[in-house]
Amino acid sequence: MSDLKQTNLERELKALKKDIIQMMDLVANQMERAEKAFIDQDIALAKEVHHVEKRVDAADLSIDKECENLIALYNPVASDLRLILASTKIISHLERVGDHADKIARYVRKKQVKRAYPKDLLKQVKLAEMFDLALEMLEIATQAFIEEDSGLAREVFAKDISMNEIYGSAISRMHGYASQKDPKVDLLLYLFSVINKLERVGDLAKNIAEETIFYLEARILKHRKVKDLKKLL
Amino acid sequence: MEKKSKELEKQLSTSTQGQKTDDKSHFETIEDGNKKKMDEKILSKSVKSDQADKTPADDDVTSKKKIAKLSSDSVNVFYGEKKVIDDVSIQIYPNTVTAFIGPSGCGKSTFLRLFNRMNDYIDTFRMEGLIRVDEKDIYQSDVHVEELRKQVGMVFQKPNPFPKSIYENVAYGLKIQGIRDKSTLDEAVENSLKASALWNEVKDNLQQSALALSGGQQQRLCIARTLAVKPSVILMDEPASALDPIATAKIEELIHQLKDNYTIVIVTHNMQQAGRVSDRTAFFYLGKLIEYSKTKKLFTSPDEEMTENYITGRFG
Repeated sequence: MSDLKQTNLERELKALKKDIIQMMDLVANQMERAEKAFIDQDIALAKEVHHVEKRVDAADLSIDKECENLIALYNPVASDLRLILASTKIISHLERVGDHADKIARYVRKKQVKRAYPKDLLKQVKLAEMFDLALEMLEIATQAFIEEDSGLAREVFAKDISMNEIYGSAISRMHGYASQKDPKVDLLLYLFSVINKLERVGDLAKNIAEETIFYLEARILKHRKVKDLKKLL
Repeated sequence: MEKKSKELEKQLSTSTQGQKTDDKSHFETIEDGNKKKMDEKILSKSVKSDQADKTPADDDVTSKKKIAKLSSDSVNVFYGEKKVIDDVSIQIYPNTVTAFIGPSGCGKSTFLRLFNRMNDYIDTFRMEGLIRVDEKDIYQSDVHVEELRKQVGMVFQKPNPFPKSIYENVAYGLKIQGIRDKSTLDEAVENSLKASALWNEVKDNLQQSALALSGGQQQRLCIARTLAVKPSVILMDEPASALDPIATAKIEELIHQLKDNYTIVIVTHNMQQAGRVSDRTAFFYLGKLIEYSKTKKLFTSPDEEMTENYITGRFG
């Protein structure tokens, strides 16, 4: 019992974790750039987001293959198996976060219209706050995975509740704006789409946290309602 | 010489028991007043240990089949001064496959052999506690070991057919019971070979020497020989460890099929095999039963860290 030495599988799992953490960093980086690109309407930066997207997709495919090999070659069980299963889902969530960042940046890349979003509207819908919260949730989920800290992972749930509240109020603000005389409908639609994506990024960060908890505690939290998650905080 | 005769006696009484009779009274013992209490205690213990992974399948085990086929209560086993089994209590339910896993020397084979008193052949063997088959204490002095072994058959790691024909191997146990009627023997041989999934491969060569069969076929023949005397429990001590993957898969498939009619306990070093064939798994370490739960639970989220470390290969 005392002879705890590192097995081949342990080495492989360490490498897997490292690859996932790198992918998490890439995606967080993509989101940061998407935020800046959107707020500043910076087309060059928006293009960078698209380049990173390709790397994120490549990481997704490569880690997926890595997981498939580990299952086929090592027949993992218990926490090893849970780590691999959680990993396949985490990378899929990360890939989708990357997609959302890329799509937000795509709105900036479209040059046809110079988008002058009314500053007061952006402020009212708390767009910057939503971006920051989404990024913060990703960071906490990443940190929880790195440190194998399920308590930290649970903090993402509280943040998701805040995210949903901001989202709800943003929608009603936009509704109010839309009822004004001569609203800029095309801009409203773009903004609505961005806000939706940010809310989804929050959900995906929450999913990543749930997978980390599944890996660490063998507890399945997905598909629970927000009020149930509140009890788990 | 004495050793040889002991070996022979062992083979005869384990592998080739006589036909099962309805009269189980041979090894029935005098019920004592505490027995019922003891049973309740064991049952309540088992239900408690199952609560963590309760599923409808478990309810099935705990409600419909709550009377254990095999059980032990606070069993200690000593070889001379050395304690090799340390306070093990377990309930094994009918028509289930239970796997015993653990590192070499953890006592899993010794524990398995308690259920048909195979350890009796070891001079320094001593046991404390209760071992029950169908709720009867099988270590009472009035238990007929031969009758017990008719009910609790055993298959060993290495296939051990007799140097006789396939037919004779399967019919041997019945013959030493005094059954001579050819049609009865023919029927028993065919049924046993069919049940052990060997019939189609050997039906045209029943007079061929058993030693001419492949290792996997020999092992299935030994299973047929065990089945011929109609046991209700089959103990398997690493039955596939000497076989190639194809033969192993056949034995595993056979275990699946036999589960409907028998209670099977299998000792295995191969954890994937334990995962594939068993409903429940017991993990032993240094003579102690560390964890006993549904196989799915034990291999996905074991309760004990020691189990986790063993099944993930972090020690052993």
